[in-house]
Amino acid sequence: MKQVRNYIKLKIQHGGHGRDSQFLWRVLPVCLAGICFFLSVVQAQAKSYDYINVSNPLLNKIPVAVTEFKAFSGHDAEINGGKTAQQVLQSALDFTGYLKVLNPDAFLSNPAKTGIQLGQINFKDWTGIGADLLVTGGIEEQNGQVTLKLRLFDTLNSKLLVGKIYTGSSSQIRRMIHMFCSEISYVLTGKWGVFNSKISFVSTVQGKKEIFVCEFDGHDPKQITHHKSISLSPAWSSDGQWLAYTSYAKGKPDIYIKNLNANRGAIVNQKGSNMSPDWMPGQLSLAAALSFSGNSEIYLLTQKGEITKRITNNSGVNVSPRFSPDGKKIAFTSNRGGTPQIYVKSLDYDDARRVTFEGKYNTSPAWSPDGKKIAYVGIEKNKIDIYVIDLASGPGTPVQLTMNQYDNEDPSWSPDGSLIVFTSNREGGVSRLFVMTAAGLDQRRLLTLGGKQSQPNWSKSIGSDN
Amino acid sequence: MNKKVWTNLMVAMLVLGLFMTVSCAKKTVVSDGTAIEDQARLDAEAAAERERIKAQELEEQMAREKALAEAKIAAARAQFENQNIHFDFDSAELSPMAKTLLKEKADWLNANPGVSVVVEGHCDDRGTTEYNIALGEKRALAAKNYLVDLGISESRLSTVSFGEERPLDSASTEEAYSKNRRAQFVL
Repeated sequence: MKQVRNYIKLKIQHGGHGRDSQFLWRVLPVCLAGICFFLSVVQAQAKSYDYINVSNPLLNKIPVAVTEFKAFSGHDAEINGGKTAQQVLQSALDFTGYLKVLNPDAFLSNPAKTGIQLGQINFKDWTGIGADLLVTGGIEEQNGQVTLKLRLFDTLNSKLLVGKIYTGSSSQIRRMIHMFCSEISYVLTGKWGVFNSKISFVSTVQGKKEIFVCEFDGHDPKQITHHKSISLSPAWSSDGQWLAYTSYAKGKPDIYIKNLNANRGAIVNQKGSNMSPDWMPGQLSLAAALSFSGNSEIYLLTQKGEITKRITNNSGVNVSPRFSPDGKKIAFTSNRGGTPQIYVKSLDYDDARRVTFEGKYNTSPAWSPDGKKIAYVGIEKNKIDIYVIDLASGPGTPVQLTMNQYDNEDPSWSPDGSLIVFTSNREGGVSRLFVMTAAGLDQRRLLTLGGKQSQPNWSKSIGSDN
Repeated sequence: MNKKVWTNLMVAMLVLGLFMTVSCAKKTVVSDGTAIEDQARLDAEAAAERERIKAQELEEQMAREKALAEAKIAAARAQFENQNIHFDFDSAELSPMAKTLLKEKADWLNANPGVSVVVEGHCDDRGTTEYNIALGEKRALAAKNYLVDLGISESRLSTVSFGEERPLDSASTEEAYSKNRRAQFVL
């Protein structure tokens, strides 16, 4: 009785996107087959599936069922490992913002008992409860080593989308599951997703601001600096091996360029303020705002901190440079027009154009990974919120992503453009890191840590183990 | 025998008489001298006492004046250090009040040559950390340049911006914000 009730409840919930997604599943594969063939002839890169467009703000979440892991020998270490693996998988898929992980109470069958492979699965049990996607897992454990067998199924088409086997020590279950999540992301969106990325941020330790790093979901925060001063504005290099940041360690703002794995680095300590570093995509060079000339201007620097090019030449405040994803342009904040606004300029031309026209105070630009949008901070009537503008549509109307939730600043996009991490003091007035979808939905706290957190910066996917 | 004895007796009596006279006279002279001496000593002591009191009063007065002067110096120094100049939101423009205070600071600096100052620029905590460091720097530079225009040697003045990082008042009220938007002078 209970199962039927749950089934009905889910059916009703599913009804809305069920219709849409069922249409997609029926029609899209047919279109895709044709399009894919065409694309593969015309273009070098064609995705095999294109279920989900993470940039679509009107996206409905795709329901996915993550089942209990089959323990091959059945002993405790295996069962516990399986539980951990299932939890990590559920959290990670839920984190994406485009998947809805279903409550296991609704499940009609248990592949851990009946079989985890294609051919052993009764897909009607899953389409029946509205699960468009199904993930099964199997675990074998021996002396602290585990083997995970993971499969993602398209239930409507009774298809295996991706299957992988991972072997490693049981302490690496989290990492192995995240590698599979990257595979899931790739097959569904054409992008590898957030699972191998990290977030750097500022947190206070006994009142002093230091630089920290954590995993994409806030797991395992680690303190990187110990200057016991004021350290700010961390920025990741594309390869995830370097962090640049600003610190008052020597009494004034200087830029520290630090390798995370070797004792290497450089300091930019020109006269005046040295601030807001940002790494060029795919390169080990940076842009930063330096004020040695008498006012804050933007320059390009080598990773050793040597100036190679001057980017702005204007008597106002020019700060917070952010490279476009193709590395050819820079967005930055400037008050050359009288109030702080966001401007965009090519590296090589004197073509700075203003892109924010609403409000008297717009700062802190963050370029979306597809290069089409800029998120920024706007202050309107004492309210501090995050907005997004679309660059293609001229001086269009910005979309407001946060509202009536105290102060919200420092937006930074996930590497696949699906999520934005930011600072908010909406919980008790204390500054914390929050994350939301690129459309402003599902706003929730990223991590809990003593002190106050701010200025998060999301890395690209990092290849090697850090 | 009578005349000789009589003469000797007379001489003896004379000598005795003389002797007594001299003695008496000496006694009288002695008592007069003591009185005069005592009087002179008393006079001298009184005079010395007056001198001492006068010197002490002078010393105390000098000490008071010195303390007052030192207090004035300390107060002027405290005023120089503690009295900040303030700015409007998102502005580095010097208000008339700011200019008045800067003139006072220039006076103090002129009276204390050889002293160096760090001019710190600060902002309230609205707006981006990075923009606020740049804005704070503009505020510090505006104050410094005004002092240079008033004749203070530039080599005595340096600037640093702390943006929104060192608020005087961490409340989120307009009053707190106002206090935090400042240039501060540190010796």
